[in-house]
Amino acid sequence: MTEAIQTIGGSVAILGGVGMTFGALIALANARFRVEEDPRVDALSDILPGANCGACGFAGCRAFAEAVIDGRTPPAKCTVMSEGEREDVSDLLGVDAGAIDRQVARLLCAGGSDVAPRKASYIGLESCAAAVAVSGGGKGCAWGCVGFGDCAVACDFDAIRMGPTDLPIVDVEKCTACNDCVEVCPLDLFALYPVDDHLFVQCRNLLDGDAAEAVCSVACTACKRCVQDAADGLISIRQGLAVIDYDRIELENPAAIERCPTGAIVWIEGQQFPRLADAYDDVYAGSAQA
Amino acid sequence: MLGAVSSLFQRGFRHGVHPPDRKEATAALPIRRMPFPDSVVLPLSQHAGAPARALVRPGDRVERGDLIAEAVGYVSSPVHASATGTVSAIDLWPHPNGRWMEAIRVAVDPHSAQVPRPRLVPRWEDLDADGVRDAVQHAGVVGLGGAAFPTHVKLKAPEGTTIELLLVNGAECEPYLTSDHRVMVEYPERVHFGIRIMMQCLGVDRTVIGVEMNKPDAVERLRATIPDDLDIEVLPLRVKYPQGAEKMLIHAATGREVPSGKLPAHAGTVVQNVGSIAAIAEVFETGTPLVERIVTVSGPGIARPANLIVPVGTKARDVFAFCGGLTPDAAEVLFGGPMMGSPQPDLDAPVLKGTSGIVVLTAAESAPRPVYPCISCGHCLDACPVFLNPTTLGKLAQAGRFDDMVEMNLGDCMVCGSCSYVCPSNIPLSQMFSLAKSALRRASDRERAAEVAAKAEASAAPVTGVSA
Repeated sequence: MTEAIQTIGGSVAILGGVGMTFGALIALANARFRVEEDPRVDALSDILPGANCGACGFAGCRAFAEAVIDGRTPPAKCTVMSEGEREDVSDLLGVDAGAIDRQVARLLCAGGSDVAPRKASYIGLESCAAAVAVSGGGKGCAWGCVGFGDCAVACDFDAIRMGPTDLPIVDVEKCTACNDCVEVCPLDLFALYPVDDHLFVQCRNLLDGDAAEAVCSVACTACKRCVQDAADGLISIRQGLAVIDYDRIELENPAAIERCPTGAIVWIEGQQFPRLADAYDDVYAGSAQA
Repeated sequence: MLGAVSSLFQRGFRHGVHPPDRKEATAALPIRRMPFPDSVVLPLSQHAGAPARALVRPGDRVERGDLIAEAVGYVSSPVHASATGTVSAIDLWPHPNGRWMEAIRVAVDPHSAQVPRPRLVPRWEDLDADGVRDAVQHAGVVGLGGAAFPTHVKLKAPEGTTIELLLVNGAECEPYLTSDHRVMVEYPERVHFGIRIMMQCLGVDRTVIGVEMNKPDAVERLRATIPDDLDIEVLPLRVKYPQGAEKMLIHAATGREVPSGKLPAHAGTVVQNVGSIAAIAEVFETGTPLVERIVTVSGPGIARPANLIVPVGTKARDVFAFCGGLTPDAAEVLFGGPMMGSPQPDLDAPVLKGTSGIVVLTAAESAPRPVYPCISCGHCLDACPVFLNPTTLGKLAQAGRFDDMVEMNLGDCMVCGSCSYVCPSNIPLSQMFSLAKSALRRASDRERAAEVAAKAEASAAPVTGVSA
């Protein structure tokens, strides 16, 4: 019995001693090798969203905070912060957070399953990149959204959902313009635009005329009507596609979309695909109640 | 018993799989010439490397064999008209890779005899190595086995290597395909003539023709016709997939291994497909460039399987029409074999120089199989011909850890599909690997673009500094 107590006591003493020794060493090292750090970095990190999305161009929120404190980048570079958080940052740093031109991701394709039929069925990995790698994934339009939702998976902010016609719908309120969807889309269908830009060609199909309409009823047929109706030089036709010059976007005007025979060019106020977004909400709300 | 003993003498490689070869439908069918279709579509990009540049305009009349698009750079190949007719358009057309790509469309003249005009035949005896290479490039010859790598590039030893051995690839390990088989049976003299030219060009004095032992008639015909003055060995190979992969073939023939990330030349060899060699022989026999190729049309979904001489650029639709059409249960059309071929979403896609076969599968073969979780059985490790670990690679791919996959030698994976073939859980391993490869390519492209942009910015900055 006493032997057992001795053994246990001995073990506790040895392990405890080892622990104490190393603890003391660590405490000593902490005092001796302390790195002086600007306390504002910690404070700023606490305010930042902590999503580490990379939209600012830095490795994460901490790296961004360090860069802001060093004056290498303005606080406004973080597009994810809410209005309140932005004020907190300006209070903390005593500077103006800087004006931000808010951007959102826009999908340059409107070819959902209702308007752009498939010519072959794809069987394999359920991923856009995989489908595109296998002979284009079977969609009639080789440039159009294949609809497996790689972007919805990539979005860290829950801003993209796959709509009723297999098109991703970007929630304009939740989108932080972090660029993840732009990078993940194998067909490069996403791009970031200021939320105040309204005029978009929702098509990347390089065919023109009947050939384009044969694969998608909302494809740009390069008919040039929008070119005539828009301000001079705003829109041009390049390889079967109407291309908007976003350097001159201040000339935009809803008249440009009026005569479009397919509806490929659109005027977006806030939410893209508002009808699809509403339909999704209806379905989703309905199933949630049931 | 006898079979077991004789198989000891056949050469091969370790690992690999044994899919049923299904070659019986076409193995004994002589090569036939297909009539010219109403139109042909010739994509500018039919080869690995830079796409060719079009030299004709809509409305131009072209004759069979005329140059209609020139090579751009060294690793590139020209395109020749495969039928006499009129250029109807140069625009986007469905490409067998699934994208729409620039192609020259020729409306075939129905009254033309389609006889190639007399051309200068290069005198190979008088040509030096560079001359032979030029002639091969100008004839638009690319690897006809499927990868379509410009052949003339392979006819020169890369710096720091010496070629000792020409290896001719007659393995044809993909199920269903028999086009190389028929070439070896019907034109063995042409194969030997092509070998003669290439041996002279490469300066090698020994050639090995590797043929899988499921083609005994090809081995026999090739052996019977070997010219007395050439050192050619016909080597029977074990029937195993992927025996026709370059590195597997080299291992089987020489016992040497090509180092990771290196070329066959680093093992002292050059590998050429037997079809490409016959095409080269034809160039030096008649002067006609590569305008047609032998295509196996087979599979349970095709009414009348055949080995056909098809003008390059013939649409799959026209080939099927000549072969009696598709059966009602046809479900999947593949360019190439079922292991590595590419599924076709569009029957307007044309036969390219590298299209060795068209296989049509029925719903029974191409039905989706349910995917189950990996049970770590290790079958894929025993199947992988390059000794990778597909189990771990698959798990990394699922987690999106592509950089870690590179650490595990993803670069050596040739996406042969052996791992997917044996997986009892039906995990699409090889698709995951090709996806990882394309993701890495995209990432490096993006990095390069960013670097270029940064450099442009850096070079622009001092200019503004000076002006200010």
